[in-house]
Amino acid sequence: MSAATVPVVRLTLAHAKYSLLETARVPIAVIGSLVFPALSLLFFVVPQRAVAENAQWATQAVISLSVFAVLANALFGFGLNIAQNRDQPWDPYLRTLPAPGIARVLGHVFSTGLIGIAAIVPVVVLGALLTAAEASWWRILLGFVAIAASALPFVFIGISVGYSMPAKAAIAVVQVLMFGLAFGGGLFLPPAVFPDWLDAISRFLPSRDAREIVVWAVQGGDLAPWAWIGWLAWTAASLALALLLFRRDEGRRFR
Amino acid sequence: MNTLASLKNVTRRFGDVTALDDVSLDIRSGQIVGLLGPNGAGKSTLLSLVQGLRRATSGTVELFGGSPQVAANRRLLGCTPQATALPDTLRVGEVIDFVGAHFAPSTGLRDRTAEIAEEFGLTDLVRRQTGALSGGQKRRLSVALAFVGRPQLVLLDEPTTGLDVDARRTLWDAIRRQHDAGATVVITSHYLEEIEALAERVVVIDGGRVLEDDSLGTVLSRVSLRQVTLDSERLDLVAALPGVVRQRKDAAGATTFYAQDSDALIIELVRSGIPFSNLAVRGATLEEAFLTLTDKELV
Repeated sequence: MSAATVPVVRLTLAHAKYSLLETARVPIAVIGSLVFPALSLLFFVVPQRAVAENAQWATQAVISLSVFAVLANALFGFGLNIAQNRDQPWDPYLRTLPAPGIARVLGHVFSTGLIGIAAIVPVVVLGALLTAAEASWWRILLGFVAIAASALPFVFIGISVGYSMPAKAAIAVVQVLMFGLAFGGGLFLPPAVFPDWLDAISRFLPSRDAREIVVWAVQGGDLAPWAWIGWLAWTAASLALALLLFRRDEGRRFR
Repeated sequence: MNTLASLKNVTRRFGDVTALDDVSLDIRSGQIVGLLGPNGAGKSTLLSLVQGLRRATSGTVELFGGSPQVAANRRLLGCTPQATALPDTLRVGEVIDFVGAHFAPSTGLRDRTAEIAEEFGLTDLVRRQTGALSGGQKRRLSVALAFVGRPQLVLLDEPTTGLDVDARRTLWDAIRRQHDAGATVVITSHYLEEIEALAERVVVIDGGRVLEDDSLGTVLSRVSLRQVTLDSERLDLVAALPGVVRQRKDAAGATTFYAQDSDALIIELVRSGIPFSNLAVRGATLEEAFLTLTDKELV
């Protein structure tokens, strides 16, 4: 009596499509995450000619702000959206549809990921036009792949935040996480200027791992083992947490 | 008749509150089952267990022979979102498409959406954003969503609450047509009228327990009460008349008696020669009728 079930891939695309459609209908909601990293580059990097005119430093600054763009987008896009959706009765309805959890999670990953890429493009373009940042086209392409992979822990941390608290709490937690990870990971100030103790802590943060991986992809050189081991560990741990919280979720709980 | 969903000795607690208390229930194919109970009776909790939204604290819940928490087992289940929950910015057609994408092969999607829109009177609204719909239109859309996937079992949680009489009847007709087309429907309501209009089998639930589970006629005869209000110096004699199941004194000093057959009660009253004045007879509300089943005092 059971009819054929729809493949997970198609369900994933359906969820991604309608999530993007909802976003596109209220575009002002994403303008913030689209322009903030580009503005940071304009205000904090471009005027500092010592950085802007040095090809290596300028490239690393562009990379750092690109990582910051996906970090902010992933935490807000997942943490806040999921928490808000859980406060609304549409979400419990979606959970009665025959879509496995993974289709809904991946759908969200695709839609938010696309917006993340849209946030990086202006950073890269402005960096190329107004600073001495440079990389060959295939290095830039590699950089985009690296940034997508290195953003996974941010995505799963965002999902975990979304499923573990109401929206008002999520706003605060996401902001603390975003600035903590951005500063600690050397996305605002380069790790080269960190004191030793801060550098040691920084190496345990997923944002630092992400920065190192993307720098390595774009500029070449050696990748320290702690960076990719750290990335792997953060990805595995945060994915496990996100899946656990997702399965356990019964909508918003009131006491 | 095969069993589509079943609960066996299901208890669900929220902290100290027991929402469902050792409930056993089978939903078999072909019926329209009315789930009747006052607010807070446990109706919505029961549905959320069958939908896989919550887990039972103890006991087992089965949907199409498996766990409702496995997505594939929800393939033939249809549910409604709350009407206020529809995503404001999406168009009516898009919402139906989105839900349909969970069921249909992609080729038939557009046709199914047009079909469902037609069936629920939404054809002129498919291009409209759901935020722009009236309350009744939203309600029609959310009920329509339950039927998009050609489900065998449909759970409708208070589908017509807040609708006017016409809109309610239109929706009832649509639900009946879907049932005739083969869907088994479980409908919760606290309107006796709605249950009377649709259900064949009625389950009365209160305080987390199943109080009655019988055919519509049997349950109706037990819960449909009339109230007889009057003044008298010999209320004690009135209360002793045959047919009186309960009495209540209101703040204004009038006393109301509840009976299943008010005509018979009044004949008895007149025949007995008990002096009375200000006689008034009206139907009892479902809420009042429940109290005779649950044996609680009216407040």
